[in-house]
Amino acid sequence: MENSLRQLKYFEAIREAIEQCMEENKNVFIIGEGVPDPKGIFGTTLGLKQKFGDKRVLDMPLSENGLTGVCIGAALTGLRPILTHQRLDFSLLSIDQIINNAANWHYMFGGQLKVPLVIRMIIGRGWGQGAQHSQNLQALFAHIPGLKVVMPATAYDAKGLLIASIKDNNPVIFIEHRWLHNMIDYVPKEMYSIPLGQAKLIMEGKDVTIVASSYMTVESLRAVDILKKENIHVDLIDVRTLKPFDDDLILKSVKKTGRLLVVDSGYYSGGFAGEVISRITEKAFCDLKCSPHRITLPDIPSPSTPGLTKYYYPHYSDIVYKVLFMVGKDNVVLSLQSDSVPLDVPNNSFMGPF
Amino acid sequence: MTANQEKLLSFFQELLYIRLVEEKICDLYPGQEMRCPVHISIGQEATAVGVCLNITSQDMVFSNHRSHGHYLAKGGDLDRFFAELYGKNSGCSKGRGGSMHLVDLSVGFMGATAIVSGTIPVAVGAALTLSIKNARDIVVVFLGDGAVEEGVFYESINFAKLKNLPILFFCENNFYSVYTHINDRQPKRKIIDLAKCHGVDCYEVDGNDVIDVYETTGQAITKIRNGGGPAFIEAATYRWREHCGPNFDNNIGYRTEEEFLSWKRNDPINQLKEKLLANNILNPDKIAVITEMINKKIDEAVKFAKSSPYPDKSELNKYIYAE
Repeated sequence: MENSLRQLKYFEAIREAIEQCMEENKNVFIIGEGVPDPKGIFGTTLGLKQKFGDKRVLDMPLSENGLTGVCIGAALTGLRPILTHQRLDFSLLSIDQIINNAANWHYMFGGQLKVPLVIRMIIGRGWGQGAQHSQNLQALFAHIPGLKVVMPATAYDAKGLLIASIKDNNPVIFIEHRWLHNMIDYVPKEMYSIPLGQAKLIMEGKDVTIVASSYMTVESLRAVDILKKENIHVDLIDVRTLKPFDDDLILKSVKKTGRLLVVDSGYYSGGFAGEVISRITEKAFCDLKCSPHRITLPDIPSPSTPGLTKYYYPHYSDIVYKVLFMVGKDNVVLSLQSDSVPLDVPNNSFMGPF
Repeated sequence: MTANQEKLLSFFQELLYIRLVEEKICDLYPGQEMRCPVHISIGQEATAVGVCLNITSQDMVFSNHRSHGHYLAKGGDLDRFFAELYGKNSGCSKGRGGSMHLVDLSVGFMGATAIVSGTIPVAVGAALTLSIKNARDIVVVFLGDGAVEEGVFYESINFAKLKNLPILFFCENNFYSVYTHINDRQPKRKIIDLAKCHGVDCYEVDGNDVIDVYETTGQAITKIRNGGGPAFIEAATYRWREHCGPNFDNNIGYRTEEEFLSWKRNDPINQLKEKLLANNILNPDKIAVITEMINKKIDEAVKFAKSSPYPDKSELNKYIYAE
C-alpha cells in the first residue's frame, strides 16, 4: 500500500507523532500518570517505554501542579516535555502552573526564556463519565494569553498538529476527544507538521457556514450529509486551533453564505462558540442574512445517567434542525432518530468503561 | 590577607551592597517613578550572600517575590536591575516583569515569580534537566516559610527525592506572611521536619549569620554535587521593613517594636562588621572606601535606569509567543 494511503486510527496517529518526535529529538520526553502502564493512555503511549527507556517515558506521582511546574522547568532548560493527562479534569489541579507560569514566563521575562511544553488533555462525553471526567473546558485555556490550544478532529490532523505542537516553542494545550481515538483516517507514515492557527475547510457549500472543532466536527459531518439530501449545502470549517485563532477562512465563508452556525463541545456561556460568533459579527455584520447561532452544551454539569445524557449532548440531528431553521425550512420534518447507536457511545463497538 | 580573610571581606562587601541598593530603593520609592510593588529584604541579606557565594554562574537559582538580594548576590546586573524597577526597556525583563520578575541568565539567575511557591517545582524541573544531562551543576530555589504551606512544595520535594535531583531547597523563615505570624499559620513543629519526612538531608542555620549560612550551605551543596540528592535548609531571619513597600510598619499592630529591635541587634551586617573590625580585617577607612565604591555603582545604575526609555507602544504585543 502507498504510504499516503495508509489508514490509522486517531490514537495510533498520536502515538506515531510522539514516537517520531522522540526519535528525531532526544530532548523530547513524555510524562504522565499511567504513560508507561499496560493501557498506555488509551493506547497512545504503548510501546514507547520499551523503545525509549524510562528516562524519557516517565510515570509520575499524583502531583499535577508540581509536575506541570517540573515540566516548565525542564522546558526552560532545554528539554521538550509532553505532559499527558488521561482526563482534562485532572489538569485543573495544575491551573496555577499552567496559567501563572507556563503561559506568562516568556512574556514576563521580556522574551528571554521559552516554555516548549505540550500538555495533552483528553475530553469526552457519554458512558456515565459524569461531572468530573469529561469536561470540555477548551474555552478556559483559550482565554489565556501565551497559551496555544489545539483540538484536532481527524487522525491526519492529530498527527500533524501534535508534531507541530511538540516543535513549537510555546506551551500548547493539546485536547483529544475520547470519541475520536478509534476513528480512522489516511495518515502518511512520514513526519509532517500542520501549522498551528490554521482552520480547514472540510466540505464546501454555498448556503450555511458551520464552524466546528474536535468531535463536533464529526457530528457536523453527519449533519452535512443529511442536509445535502435536502439540497442545503454547507461550508464546514474545522477550526483545529482555538488559539491562536485565525478567522480568515470563516470570514471568507460567511461572506459567501451569509449564515453562521458554530458547533462546540463546550458550555454555552463564555464559551468558544460565543467567541467565534462575536468575532464574525464584529467583522462581517453586514454579510449576515440571519442571526448567527451556536450549538453547545447547556450550562449544566454533565449528568452520569443515560436517562439524562440523551437530552444533554448535542447530536447531529440538532445541527440539522438548526440549519433548517436558519435557511427558513423549519417546516421540514425528517426521520433522524433511527440511528441504532445509543447516544452515550461513539459506536456500537464501544463497551466502556471509559 | 589570607584566603579566608578575603572571603570574609567579600561577604561583607556583598552584604553591604545589597543593603545599600535596597536602602536606595526605599529612598527613591516615594518619588513615584518606580511604579511596581517592591518587597525589600533588608535584614535578610545573609541568606542570599551565604548561599550564592557557594555556587557558580553555571548553577541555577530560582527565587520568589522577595528576590532583590538573591538576584544581586548571584551577580545579577545592577543597571538592568534598577531599569527593571523603573519599568524601562533596558531592564532585566525589558520592563515586562518589574521587581517581582527579575532574571539574569548570564549568571544563572533563572527567574523570580510572584506566586508563593510558584518557582519550587520549576526549579525541580531545571534539576531534572541537569540530572538527565548528567551535569555537575546544581539548582537552588529560595522559598519562604509561607511556601511550605502550599501543596506544591510537597509535590516538588517528593519528586526531587524520588529522582535524586541536584537541588537545594533554601527556606528563609522570616516568621511572617504579610502580617500573619507563622504561629497563626502552622502548628508547633519544625519546618525542617516537613522536609525530613521525604528523606532529604536537612539543616538549620542562623539566617543572620552569613558564616553559618555559607558553611552549612557549602556542606550541603558539596553533597548534592556529588550525587547525594536534594537537601533542605531552614534559615531563621527577619525582614525589617513592611511586607511590600519601603517603610517600617512596627506601629500598625501585627508585630512589636521590641521584636524588631531584638532582630535588629542581630543585624547580619553589623555582626560580621564587628568580627572583621576585631580581627583587623576591616577598619573604618576601608569601610568608607567600600561604601563609596558601592554608592558610586548604585548612582550610576539609577542614572542609567532613569535615563533609559520605556518600551515603545509598538512593542505592546511583543513576547506573547516565542518564535
